[in-house]
Amino acid sequence: MKLKINDIEVEVEDGSSVFQACVAAGVEVPHFCYHDKLSVAGNCRMCLVELENAPKPIASCAFPAADGMVVRTDTPSVEAAREGVMEFLLINHPLDCPICDQGGECDLQDQSLGYGRGTSRFADNKRAMPEQYLGPLIKTFMTRCIHCTRCVRFATEIAGVEDLGLINRGEEAEITTMGRALDTEFAGCLVDVCPVGALTSAPYSFAARPWELNHAQSVDVSDGVGSNIRVDSRGRQVLRVLPRLHEEVNEDWIHDKARHAIDGLVRQRLDRPYLRTPNGKLTETNWDTALTILAERMASCEAERMAALAGNLADCDSLYALKSLFAARGCQNIDCRQEGGELGSGDLSAPVAWLFNSTIAGIEEADAVLLIGCNPRDEGALINARLRKRFLQGVQGGVLPIAQIGAEADLTYAVESLGNSPQALEQLLAGTGFAEVLAGADKPLIIVGAGSAARPDGKALWEGLRRLSEQVGAVGQSTWNGFNVLHSAASRVGGLLMGFVPTQGGNGGKGGKGTAEIIQAAEAGELDILWLLGADELGNSAPDENSRENPYEKLGKTFVVYQGHHGDLGASHADLVLPAAAWPEKEGLYVNTEGRVQTANRAIFPPGEAREDWKIIRAVSGALAKQSGGGVVLPFDTLPQLRQKLFADHPVLAELDKPQKAEWSQWHATQSELNFSQEAFTPIVPDFYRTDSISRVSETMARCSAVRQAARSGSAEQIFPQTGSPLFDLAPQEGLSPQEVEAS
Amino acid sequence: MTTAPIVKTSSWSPPHKAGNAEAQEAFHFSEENRAKLNQAIARYPEGRAASAVLWALYLAQDQNGGWLSEAAIVHVAEVLAMAPIRVQEVARFYTMLNTENKGRWRVQVCRTTPCWLRGSDKITAACLKAAGVSHLGEVSADGAVSVEEVECLGGCCNAPVMQINDREYYEDLSPEQAGEIVRDLRQDKLPTHSGSQTGRIASEPVGDKP
Repeated sequence: MKLKINDIEVEVEDGSSVFQACVAAGVEVPHFCYHDKLSVAGNCRMCLVELENAPKPIASCAFPAADGMVVRTDTPSVEAAREGVMEFLLINHPLDCPICDQGGECDLQDQSLGYGRGTSRFADNKRAMPEQYLGPLIKTFMTRCIHCTRCVRFATEIAGVEDLGLINRGEEAEITTMGRALDTEFAGCLVDVCPVGALTSAPYSFAARPWELNHAQSVDVSDGVGSNIRVDSRGRQVLRVLPRLHEEVNEDWIHDKARHAIDGLVRQRLDRPYLRTPNGKLTETNWDTALTILAERMASCEAERMAALAGNLADCDSLYALKSLFAARGCQNIDCRQEGGELGSGDLSAPVAWLFNSTIAGIEEADAVLLIGCNPRDEGALINARLRKRFLQGVQGGVLPIAQIGAEADLTYAVESLGNSPQALEQLLAGTGFAEVLAGADKPLIIVGAGSAARPDGKALWEGLRRLSEQVGAVGQSTWNGFNVLHSAASRVGGLLMGFVPTQGGNGGKGGKGTAEIIQAAEAGELDILWLLGADELGNSAPDENSRENPYEKLGKTFVVYQGHHGDLGASHADLVLPAAAWPEKEGLYVNTEGRVQTANRAIFPPGEAREDWKIIRAVSGALAKQSGGGVVLPFDTLPQLRQKLFADHPVLAELDKPQKAEWSQWHATQSELNFSQEAFTPIVPDFYRTDSISRVSETMARCSAVRQAARSGSAEQIFPQTGSPLFDLAPQEGLSPQEVEAS
Repeated sequence: MTTAPIVKTSSWSPPHKAGNAEAQEAFHFSEENRAKLNQAIARYPEGRAASAVLWALYLAQDQNGGWLSEAAIVHVAEVLAMAPIRVQEVARFYTMLNTENKGRWRVQVCRTTPCWLRGSDKITAACLKAAGVSHLGEVSADGAVSVEEVECLGGCCNAPVMQINDREYYEDLSPEQAGEIVRDLRQDKLPTHSGSQTGRIASEPVGDKP
């Protein structure tokens, strides 16, 4: 279709609107209610344009483009129409920009400057509306609302919580939930889509003006999706996190843990090295002492009696540095799978067995979905949003069939439950029930939670899924690989791709120790040094330490080195604490569940004497060399040098922002009998808001978690009045030396 | 042509005394109303039951004594497989749907041009006075009556006109008659007859026949 916009010829696809044609022509059309990712409402009327032969201006967002249209956006009548619309929008909008948090990044402010009349003719009283309670993350000023209904459409369409609506009409119109709590993990996005200051971020309220902030492009590490984010900081504090558009990963959205766990960055920080004294107390020490003690211990330790475990937030650079250090010592007892399981080693060493092979964007092509042992809403909220998007699109003649084996949960779309234990898989393997639906689909999609691999029957489960995938034709096509593993840890796929797992068959055929064996060895006193690289969720990624046996208690007499940034489980059981930078305080490579390598940039400096992880490991290698009289020093002094080595050793990590292409044929069948356990799948992420050492100390996340629990148990009203007070403690951080303040 | 006699009011009984706690707590369509609603749903394609929401709300309001309680709205949402907030949006948009208890008798005075020219303002004032309320929409202290102004009821030839509980018309009103009706309603006494209060038949001309 060819159109003319302001004399610019433009070609657009069928089904485009006049607005989209204007965008394609590079012509700016002011708008409020239109949002690229939401349905069209056409109620703000700001996008009026002139169409040749039309009797009056048309709302371009809701008007289908047609061949040969001649559109003008620069005529006096369009300008007058915009001024008129603007004047009406401003009639009831308060003139409180100086005290409004949206000020400086407000669509209404900007557009009234660009397209408004400049003065007001309205002399009567403006209406005022009472505030709404929309959860602990949203601060409302409903008087400022212009009724664009973007938030209503976002909640209904993307978040899948149909609780927000526009009631009454005319001057009494208001956005409300009618007293129901919004149980969504995308509350922050409601603030994002609001074009005015009606919905603002409660934790960020009155913290800063947009022009005061420094921006750093980064990647979310709170789950395995690798959402693209922008970190806004001022001085030495991260003040907010916003999503960056990435169509293939997170689109326009991020979930609330990615956005609002940042207040955890200033709590419980490890800002100097600590050493456990003989009386059992952790006491402050300095880097020299810490490095010397560690080097002494390592120099005198047999390679067999050392081990390293990496946690969920580790970046590829530090994983690589630690792996190199242990390799240089001849030690193979390293594991990045702190919850256990065999993904990435043995029979499951082929990448295709532990990647999200269809890619996240590929979900939109699937025409039948099986979820097994995972709750995508909690383990990868953006992947769940993509599944919902696919669900809403539907399939030819009906709804997208989605079935689940695992604990039932509200996933925001219709799911058929096939049972709660892997035995349901046996029926699928027999080709009955939902297996017929999968087999009949062109592009069947199977998603399994990576945490399920840590079950006792994890290997049987994976073999069963391998067979099922082949049986229903989810794999083997040249263009479609529907076998997907959903990782909920940001560090996992990077660790697996670089082989941060115990070596097979090395060490005289004995091989290295994995997580479970390392903990066993520590308990049996067969281990002298255990290095935890941010490993705070050993044995199980469940954060609730009451609900499980605590593997940290088993570490016994082992000298435990904890390298990390928060005083969580790992640090409290450590003998030596090496303070490290948290994710916004360092550059890092992270690999998401698709195997997409992405870079995170540094936004702020680490507090106190904390240092970047790779630098700490490099310093230990230096101290170790000094100790043992010229041993191996890690061959890099700068991050670029480290990356060069990393990319040379692992070329798969060198290509940025591309999902891995894994070959199905590399995953070989095992002849083993499938012995599924009757044990039900347990949720891998029992509390969405509290999964890592940062979110566990975040007050905002604690509040969100409490509200969700209350909402799900039906007592939401009890916590009703807690509309956000600023959660940020903006006092300067403790533990900064004057030099460091200067350096920043 | 002489037409049928005035409609007998005996065919309709006073609505049940809604507004008390029990009535608000639970709401289920009566079998009769459910059957009517099913007919309405059947008019739309499969899976489009939500299209019948206005008819469902009308039936629910009628059954619930002239207003839609929260329970009624939730029940409609359940029956039509909609989110309750979507039904709320509809219920609160239309002025003929009440989301507050308006009393057992809702007096709806027409205020559109012909009735207004024939003195609807005075009718409204008389009704308000008889109901003992100060403004439109307010329910009288005894919970019996509320007065509201509505747009054209289509009885222009017998203006001024008012309607009671979406049903019976009272035409050719004088302020005195209107006040009398409202006072009777407060005692749950139905007017003896609906239609023209001057005895006019079929909108015949007033005065001597030619």
